[in-house]
Amino acid sequence: MAEEKQVATWRVKVGLAQMLKGGVIMDVTSAEQARIAEDAGACAVMALERVPADIRAQGGVARMADPEKIIEIMEAVSIPVMAKCRIGHFVEAQVLEALGVDFIDESEVLTPADEEHHIDKHQFKVPFVCGCRDLGEALRRIGEGAAMIRTKGEAGTGNIVEAVRHARAVLGEIRRLQSMRPEELMAEAKKIGAPYELVKEVAETGRLPVVNFAAGGVATPADAALMMQLGVDGIFVGSGIFKSSNPYERAKAIVEATTHYNDPDVIARVSRGLGDAMAGLDVRQLAEAERLATRGW
Amino acid sequence: MVAVTTVGVLALQGDFREHVEVLGRLGVEAREVRQSGDVEGLDGLIIPGGESTTIGRLAVTYGLVAPIRRLIAAGHPVWGTCAGLIFLARDIGGYDQPLLGALNVVVERNAFGRQVDSFEIDLPVPALADVSPPDEAQRPFRAVFIRAPVVKAVGPGVDVLARLPDGTVVAVRQDHILGTAFHPELTDDTRFHRYFLRMVQARKGERRAHGGP
Repeated sequence: MAEEKQVATWRVKVGLAQMLKGGVIMDVTSAEQARIAEDAGACAVMALERVPADIRAQGGVARMADPEKIIEIMEAVSIPVMAKCRIGHFVEAQVLEALGVDFIDESEVLTPADEEHHIDKHQFKVPFVCGCRDLGEALRRIGEGAAMIRTKGEAGTGNIVEAVRHARAVLGEIRRLQSMRPEELMAEAKKIGAPYELVKEVAETGRLPVVNFAAGGVATPADAALMMQLGVDGIFVGSGIFKSSNPYERAKAIVEATTHYNDPDVIARVSRGLGDAMAGLDVRQLAEAERLATRGW
Repeated sequence: MVAVTTVGVLALQGDFREHVEVLGRLGVEAREVRQSGDVEGLDGLIIPGGESTTIGRLAVTYGLVAPIRRLIAAGHPVWGTCAGLIFLARDIGGYDQPLLGALNVVVERNAFGRQVDSFEIDLPVPALADVSPPDEAQRPFRAVFIRAPVVKAVGPGVDVLARLPDGTVVAVRQDHILGTAFHPELTDDTRFHRYFLRMVQARKGERRAHGGP
């Protein structure tokens, strides 16, 4: 019998993600926004200097937020606080762990620091979430130690189309794996570039071994409910809240639509009179180089 | 003969699906509770882990606080894990968030610090002996603590079921109300769920014996 506390076990890392399920994680850039998010029912906040829509508009290199900003947000709320580091930038991740954030998002929204390798996330005590566009990418990130997965979508656009594409890709491929014979799984693992053991596990259980959220383009309560009905476990909202005309009401409505995602009467009621959603971008008009989802390997 | 038992799991946010799955493995079909009407006719209710502020605020918005309080007042067993323990508590110190106030304890939120301080540990839980096979009566329970609360003070009528090695109280029972700071639903050990179902069955037995509904 282990009478000693064991910290940072896989179960403890995945466990926090399980506690976030059915909830909404909101991007915030100040203590005041963090408190609004918490009051509206956010299950966690993502501490940032700029929301993705502003990163997109302003250009330049997007890096980890100033630790001062992250600490300000951690002190403002009692819910978990996440923060982003650049893909492959393990020292930014070390800094975030030292600050005591509850979750690190190794995020394509920031400018990648390594165009071949992601962080070896097993080396950290703090759990990581990573974006994906398909099952192979999701399982590569889990193989590297991600304790939570999210769709990439296309951040900062207010356009749900890419998140839908990525969620359908992941969930559809899981259904396809389930229909395969055991001897077909190795070839499939090779084809999608995923660790065989994880492919086998997903084929057997019919689900990812970690929690799977939607992110990148959620702007309305109906967007959130759409993603939940497609089969994700919860919702990230980036620019969609604080780039809208009425952040508190919109945040609260998205939280309620995420809980009652199968209840159109509730979604209809909470969607009324929210004011303007964020303006949004047509993803087809974006040049390939402007697409954040193509970052990550 | 065992009458059909209806156990609800509060499904506003958090790991309610894990509770529903454990109950399913034990042959009990759970009802997910999201609206006030869903509380009607329940024999027992589990309040899962999650974010207690989120769960509390949604419970207020959807009119669930009064029906759950009535369920508890009528003597139906209720069990809160982690966030659920916080929501059941009478007092949680300085935080401004909705509480059911049914469990006579003072709870401290995030008592161990942030996520990097979350942990698991084997805990002796003597009360589980009744639902353990005879040769495993002393087997400890693998307890998973995620940004967990603790019970700082216990009021009259509250029994302590488990403590950490340093004496910190992490599981309590007050008559028909059960509270654990950790997450039995995240392990394969179903003894806490069986312990709770036994509370629910005992309560149903009492009601039949007294000719109640």
